Amino acid sequence: MIQLNINDQAVEVDVAPDTPLLWVLRDNLNLTGSKYACGIGQCGACTVLMNGHAVRSCATAVSDATNYDIVTIEGLSEDASHPVQLAWIEEDVPQCGYCQSGQILTAVALLNDKSNPTDEEIEAAMTNICRCGTYSKIRKAVKKVARERGEV
Amino acid sequence: MTSLTRRSFVQASLSSAGGLILSFSVPVLASRRPWQQSDSAASEINAWLTIDPDDSIVIRVAQSEMGQGVMTALPMIIAEELEADWRKVTVEYADVNRQIREGQPYGRMWTGGSMAVSHSREFLQLAGAEARERLIKAAAETWVVSASECYADYGRVHHRGSNRSFSYGEVAPLAARVNVANVDIKIPDEFNFLGLPTRRLDVPAKVDGSAVYSMDVRLPDMVYAAVKHSPVPGGQVRSIRINAIRNQPGFIKAMRMESAVAIVAETFWQAKKGADELPVYWDFGEAEKSFSDTIKQEFFDQLGERGEVMSEKGEIVALMDNAEKSIESDYFAPYLAHAAMEPLNATVHVQAERVDIWVGHQNPEYAVQIVSEVTGIRPENVYLHNCHIGGGFGRRSHGDFVEEATRIAMDVGRPVQMIWTREEEMRAGAYRPMSAMRFKAGFDISKKLVAITNHSVTHSIRYDQDPEMEGIDSSSVQGLHNHPYMFPAWEFSHSRKNTHLTSWWWRSVGSSINAWAMECFVDEMAVAADKDPMAYRRRLLQMQPDYLDVLDVLEQESGWGKTELPKDTAMGMAIHESCGTIVAIVAEVTVESTGSVRVNKVTAAVDCGNLVNPMTAEEQVEGAILFGLTAALYGKLTVENGQILEDNLDTYEIIRMHEAPEIKIHWALSGAGRWGGLGEPATPVIAPAVCNAIYKITGRRIRSLPIKDYYLQVRR
Ligand code: FES
Ligand code: FES
Repeated sequence: MIQLNINDQAVEVDVAPDTPLLWVLRDNLNLTGSKYACGIGQCGACTVLMNGHAVRSCATAVSDATNYDIVTIEGLSEDASHPVQLAWIEEDVPQCGYCQSGQILTAVALLNDKSNPTDEEIEAAMTNICRCGTYSKIRKAVKKVARERGEV
Repeated sequence: MTSLTRRSFVQASLSSAGGLILSFSVPVLASRRPWQQSDSAASEINAWLTIDPDDSIVIRVAQSEMGQGVMTALPMIIAEELEADWRKVTVEYADVNRQIREGQPYGRMWTGGSMAVSHSREFLQLAGAEARERLIKAAAETWVVSASECYADYGRVHHRGSNRSFSYGEVAPLAARVNVANVDIKIPDEFNFLGLPTRRLDVPAKVDGSAVYSMDVRLPDMVYAAVKHSPVPGGQVRSIRINAIRNQPGFIKAMRMESAVAIVAETFWQAKKGADELPVYWDFGEAEKSFSDTIKQEFFDQLGERGEVMSEKGEIVALMDNAEKSIESDYFAPYLAHAAMEPLNATVHVQAERVDIWVGHQNPEYAVQIVSEVTGIRPENVYLHNCHIGGGFGRRSHGDFVEEATRIAMDVGRPVQMIWTREEEMRAGAYRPMSAMRFKAGFDISKKLVAITNHSVTHSIRYDQDPEMEGIDSSSVQGLHNHPYMFPAWEFSHSRKNTHLTSWWWRSVGSSINAWAMECFVDEMAVAADKDPMAYRRRLLQMQPDYLDVLDVLEQESGWGKTELPKDTAMGMAIHESCGTIVAIVAEVTVESTGSVRVNKVTAAVDCGNLVNPMTAEEQVEGAILFGLTAALYGKLTVENGQILEDNLDTYEIIRMHEAPEIKIHWALSGAGRWGGLGEPATPVIAPAVCNAIYKITGRRIRSLPIKDYYLQVRR
């Protein structure tokens, strides 16, 4: 049995320890908001937060995730009200939407780290692939969150 | 039509929202399980919409949402005619089963060719108008007045002579029963809502993980299947050694198919592990001997032969022989994968009398037909639950993965979710065709063009589907012989050349290859004629006012010819029409000292005639440009011993944020009857614009894609 702390809940799963966290989330825990796209840590569609940092769950063995607070897109807020989610809605970011859970969580981690990131810092952190090409809107939405946060 | 009050409301809400966008404090949610039909408490006004007593409206969408915005744009068209309060609108997919049982009430349900708006707009306007007239008639009957004294506005029916009005929800039950005869639809000048930037209805479900893609479907008793295809497409399974994996945890069964093996297990990871570790012995056949270079050589050999002439004018041989000067160039485009973010997958449950399939498919009726053929169960008893699609780009209209998932589910007898890993999808793909072509142009002593010839050799998509086909596959040559230019004399010819790989439609199909080669060659012609590429195209387009208007906007907005740029930077341009939309772009490109290419800025001028939703329209143009740019810079599949080498996103690179240029889009709308598509037409023009800029900087013509294969240096 492997113990995990996901979205503020302690859970136990009975899986091989080398199973990637992504597949545990999706198949064992039915948290399907984290997406599979490459499985090799390239694209970021599977990104989750581990102690506030963006981590690619397809390239993380579940046994390495035991002592962290894990947040998936389902746990980011109760009702899509996290400022990053709101900015994503406001800027109309998603197209197919498949990469966006990962984009949002990567942006959350970036904004935790840097309250007012420069363009270069945004580019350095937001390395997730979006095949639909929503990059300019992602950039705008990240800046919007930073700006509005600065105003409060 | 009189809807003045409606317009003033819309404007009021615009200014109070403080922006250009229709803004809602409570976002309208797209149904999270888009295939689920609304419950029957609501009154169905016609096949396209229902209205609840509380005035909420559900509009059905018959095209598949894969990011292009149909789930918003198409309901907007109905809402325009319905005079609906948009805040009351939610959407769901039209029921594919009903389409089959009731004789196609939804017209075409196929999504592709950027045709969602152009091919269904009138139909949807009629549906909305018909519903509106029913609501009016129902109210008039209740008041016992003539319908001509009543009008609909913003979700209510009003009586002109009195102050009476009904909300739509109040008259909906009666409206569902009355009949109306012919209804009129609006012309673009009468639109109040179409043309306003409107947020997508599917966005809220896409920011909290609740949007259901087919890979997210979870059913009781469901198991997972991973598939291992022959690494050489078309190879046969000779034998497998199941014992090697039989005792793995979760293992349920291995299933041998002709050219693939499926492993079924309790979880996908267990299934995938089984597939990775299962020893399979294959018969690859002749295809094992093919390599990119040998295939490419065969295409070029074919170029030297004579092709089938599609279009000609003038005494070409004599004109070319007498030309004072001529130029000749060969262009080559490799096979490409679609690489949508969501790998192909489907969930199927086969029972004795019925099949359920959860899939995101661009052509759900075709998918039903496949399921029916595989299972022998009549199409009426196949229930397809269309899901959100994590990117389609054409790939999701193929039947291969649907057929395979159905076969596996039949064998297992439980609901099965089949997922192709990224590697499987890349290796067993259906690719953008390979193509080679040769252009020749002759000029007279004053450098005036006298004739142009083109011979293209392309892998035919249609031939892959139908080896009995006759004539030329029009998708192979789109944008070549039917170009807009006024040439004095020409010959366009074509040859088909298929290989062991399978090809399929890829965003903008033939145009993505042909416009690249054509627009690069037109640039070569401009240089040979000592003309500026923009001015040269204008001369060749003098009989095409719509194209000239687009170029006017482009020239002005891009600063073409008026911008001082450093030696390592230049602008290149291209123009092309596909799916009824003209797109012209200027790309500002830098060749860095390392030899790598950076696209700084792209200016696009677009004429799709009319706009439904400028917001999603811009998203599509921008996305299409980046899709084409990825292909231009990085896209290629390499064949070695018959196998595709690039099998994941590390080797098959996709543009990321730091490489994405700033993109400015300018509409040059010609209005009138033009309702061009937007999902694809901006894809073909970026590659030639970038290549033409690279020529200015380096003096080198990129005649074989991708650009990354070149070693580039700034011209001294
Ligand atoms: S799926 Fe994990 S990085 Fe691509
Ligand atoms: S929105 Fe489709 S991949 Fe990003």
